[in-house]
Amino acid sequence: MRLSADKFAQYTFLGIACSAIASLMLIAVFSLKEGLPFILWYGPVEFLTSTNWNPQENQFGVGAMIVASLWVTAGAMLIGAPLGVAVAVFLSEFVPRPVMRVIKPAIELLAGIPSVVYGFIGMMVLAPLIRRHLGGPGLCILSAAIVLGIMVLPTVISISVDAIGAVPNSFREGALALGATRWQAVRMVVLKAARSGIVASIILGMGRAVGETMAVIMVAGNTPRLPHGLLEPVRTLTANIAIEMSAAIGRHREALFATGVVLFVVIMGLNSLAMAVMRRKGAR
Amino acid sequence: MRIPPRQVQTLVVGMLGGATLLTLAVLVFIVVFVLDKGLPVVTWTFLAANPEDMGRAGGIFPIIVGTLLLPLLALGIALPLGVGSAVYLNEYTRETQMTRIIRFGTDCLAGIPSIIFGLFGLVFFVGILHMGWSLLSGGLTLAIMILPTIIRTSEEAIRAVPQAYREVSCSMGATRWETVRKVVLPNALPGIVTGVMLGAGRCISETAAVIFTAGTVAQMPVSAFDSVRTMAVHFYLLAREGISGENAYGTAAVLILAVLILNTVAYWTMHAFIRRKAR
Repeated sequence: MRLSADKFAQYTFLGIACSAIASLMLIAVFSLKEGLPFILWYGPVEFLTSTNWNPQENQFGVGAMIVASLWVTAGAMLIGAPLGVAVAVFLSEFVPRPVMRVIKPAIELLAGIPSVVYGFIGMMVLAPLIRRHLGGPGLCILSAAIVLGIMVLPTVISISVDAIGAVPNSFREGALALGATRWQAVRMVVLKAARSGIVASIILGMGRAVGETMAVIMVAGNTPRLPHGLLEPVRTLTANIAIEMSAAIGRHREALFATGVVLFVVIMGLNSLAMAVMRRKGAR
Repeated sequence: MRIPPRQVQTLVVGMLGGATLLTLAVLVFIVVFVLDKGLPVVTWTFLAANPEDMGRAGGIFPIIVGTLLLPLLALGIALPLGVGSAVYLNEYTRETQMTRIIRFGTDCLAGIPSIIFGLFGLVFFVGILHMGWSLLSGGLTLAIMILPTIIRTSEEAIRAVPQAYREVSCSMGATRWETVRKVVLPNALPGIVTGVMLGAGRCISETAAVIFTAGTVAQMPVSAFDSVRTMAVHFYLLAREGISGENAYGTAAVLILAVLILNTVAYWTMHAFIRRKAR
């Protein structure tokens, strides 16, 4: 009786453990089922490269949005990656443990702040500053990149801190014993050993930046045209879906799901890349 | 010219410290900015009254209720699934092809942006399963979204339970299931609570996926098939459409306070947990 209960529990847990992978499959299947037929009907090349998005006239090219997502993400990483890695190095190597215990949760709190709040502050504080001092409409690539650069910090910092923490202490001691300063030990030994984890943190941060929606809608300006400078308004892939979905029917709706497929493929690519990088050096 | 390594170090550490200060300053600025503008609006009547005139006047009571119900439902679904997965991965199996696939799926799910969850919920729960824009659709969608968080934190909590506890339990003739139920889970509880708090925090911060699946109706829900509006959605609608700056700030202040409290409790339980384990 007890043993059969044990067997029953085992199979129940196995079933439950499949829930995550089952959800992932469902999401993949339904995204593709809704979006793929449209992409094939419209022509994959035309859909991905045309910069003409005009649903009223059945023009559904997402080229401009892909370029916009690239610009915004690249900008965000230029800000977020160096800043995040710098904070991670400082916290793990140059700060006493008790201080780190206070600062790390504070930084994790940054991840808890709702993205609409980031977007709102970007809209109310950052965009007017840019408009006044740099010109343009204010709601633009630069504002979006700065807001997203801040939003990816918790991801970059916490994974980098883990990676640096996983470097054995004997590595540092070896370098110090050879007469290196702490910074030389960090630069020449610790950062080299933690490299794969740090790279993975940046790739995962990139995934967050590509996928962020609400904050971007509020600060990027949302014009579906090819941008020619950092101060021009753009519409990213995510913003395109969120803005138009409520009013979309028929082909237009299918085109938005197809936009989702593009996003899904990019994100899965980035995730797999991050996992491959982490596994290669076995840094946890 | 060669700068002595000591001076280079001083310079670099100064820069790294500056980066850290900058990051903390951004956090403090956001919290202070929102609370400073929002807290004066938050009164008992604001918390307890119904919104009027699309949120221009009145309060946010049904929205607070929606913000409580949606994470509760999502956690009610995700908690058993997440803890169960973690138990299976740690107690019932070694590292096999199967566990690698499960872990890969969990990691992938964690990286998927909320807008994709929203699209999926819209097609699957709202459309195919005919649940409409409702508490139920929203709760199910958010449950999938927070599942990886729950699995990971539970796994860490379960792994932190000393192996000796299990050995003692088994040596007294307990089956594996009895060991899990009476020894492992009770000892892992504080760690699991941390996951619950973090999951709840993600749910109340979420906007895109909620709009797509739970809708935006700012009324008291009567059944699980009624649409609800959460504080994050309410704030977004008020702020973006420029309906009411004042009430937007008020809502944001309540939202930020809720997030602060959830994160602090999560951190505090985890810390207490680690201290107890270290003893």
